[in-house]
Amino acid sequence: MVGHSPPPFFKRGPAPLAKLVFFVLVSLGLLVSDLNLRYLEAFRQGLSVLAYPMQMAAATPADFVRNASDYFASLVRLQIENKELKRQQLQGAERLLRLDQIEQENRHLRELLEVRERQKVNTVVAEIMYTAKDPFSRKVILDKGTQAGIEAGQAVVDNVGVVGQITRVFPMQSELTLLTDKDQAIPVMIVRSGLRAVLFGSGNGLMELRYLAANADVQPGDKVVTSGLDGVFQSGLPVATVARVERDQAQAFARIPCLPAAGVEQFSHVLVLGQRANVLPRPPEPEVINKGKGRKSRAVKD
Amino acid sequence: MQPTNRSSRILLPVKMWFVYTTLFIALFLNYIPTGHLPAVPDFVALVLAFWCVREPLKIGIGAGFVFGLLTDIGVGAALGQHAFAYVLLAYASNELARRVLWFTPVEQALHVLPLLFLTQVVMVVVRLLAGAEFPGWWMFFGSFVGAALWIPLHYVLLLPQYQPVERDENRPI
Repeated sequence: MVGHSPPPFFKRGPAPLAKLVFFVLVSLGLLVSDLNLRYLEAFRQGLSVLAYPMQMAAATPADFVRNASDYFASLVRLQIENKELKRQQLQGAERLLRLDQIEQENRHLRELLEVRERQKVNTVVAEIMYTAKDPFSRKVILDKGTQAGIEAGQAVVDNVGVVGQITRVFPMQSELTLLTDKDQAIPVMIVRSGLRAVLFGSGNGLMELRYLAANADVQPGDKVVTSGLDGVFQSGLPVATVARVERDQAQAFARIPCLPAAGVEQFSHVLVLGQRANVLPRPPEPEVINKGKGRKSRAVKD
Repeated sequence: MQPTNRSSRILLPVKMWFVYTTLFIALFLNYIPTGHLPAVPDFVALVLAFWCVREPLKIGIGAGFVFGLLTDIGVGAALGQHAFAYVLLAYASNELARRVLWFTPVEQALHVLPLLFLTQVVMVVVRLLAGAEFPGWWMFFGSFVGAALWIPLHYVLLLPQYQPVERDENRPI
């Protein structure tokens, strides 16, 4: 009679352990394909349509808190802010006038040089709705999405400098990864020395210039701007200021923490810049030279 | 006859629509953008653990997976991160159900605390392996708040199952 067990009284489906193994494998598969391979954007988009009404409803308390603080803002503060804004506007107007003149001059010069005119980017003003809840990353949610013409990869600035980059777009909202996020990198240039480097978020509200030699020409207080080499960010946008430079003899590279220029963690309105259309094509891969000299030199990839 | 748990009240059978409604309310609470505030409990994990302990035959790993995915989408986490953690949580609470129900709500909360804590540990490990930054120890505070919420939750979620106490001298139980 071995192997003949009585039929179960209650139908319970597959054994709990089998179910556990199945679902663990499925969720691990999802994790790997989302984090490493990024296959699941369409799946996420589909599910987010379902979650969207609930997200909107849940964001209402946050909206309320934000608007309530605006409502109760004191008269004095508003007056001070008004005065400050007027002063800024005057300054801005003066700069704008100069800019017009300089733009004209620039166009003229470019025409003279027969350089292709720089593409004017179209911009979208967006408001930050809330900070994404995921504690492992630094992302915020904007109130404009594909319907406003926003695409993944676009650069986002505020009135002072670069804030971050759009990483995910939904129909009505988009996800902005801040420059201080650990996975965010941006090619930059140091204004004073013209040195090019890559700036990484370090996760604690600061950023870090990496892969610069220990004797690189960097000083605390140096302004860091975008170099525009990535084809995403316009060149010359302020990004950060060098906070300090730690040169350690044991390390090949200097450790250079930087403070973000824009109010990366405290702002409400941002400007989403359009894609740069006329990015120059990649140069062809250099051919292998010095073939006959015994020492092999490798072709530079990318 | 041995009592099955400390409560002497006989409960009405649970209604599944109520279980799913409370899970969706918890999901809604999880969606509220509290940013990086510390001590915000994971409501879905809490309610899921509650029903997995109370009704191990009716709710379990499958619900954990679905609500985990919905949480992932809503809070912008990696897809599968909450699903993975909730699947383990649902399995553990289903297995612990027979033991936990023997205790008073406060003692039950002490059983649930390690479950909620380990759920968070699983998520941290998964994200750290994927190369994220460590968010800081404050985030684990949420599971302590969650365990403390177990006690009021124990009364609120069982409210529809209570029936009026009718004293009947002739009834045997």
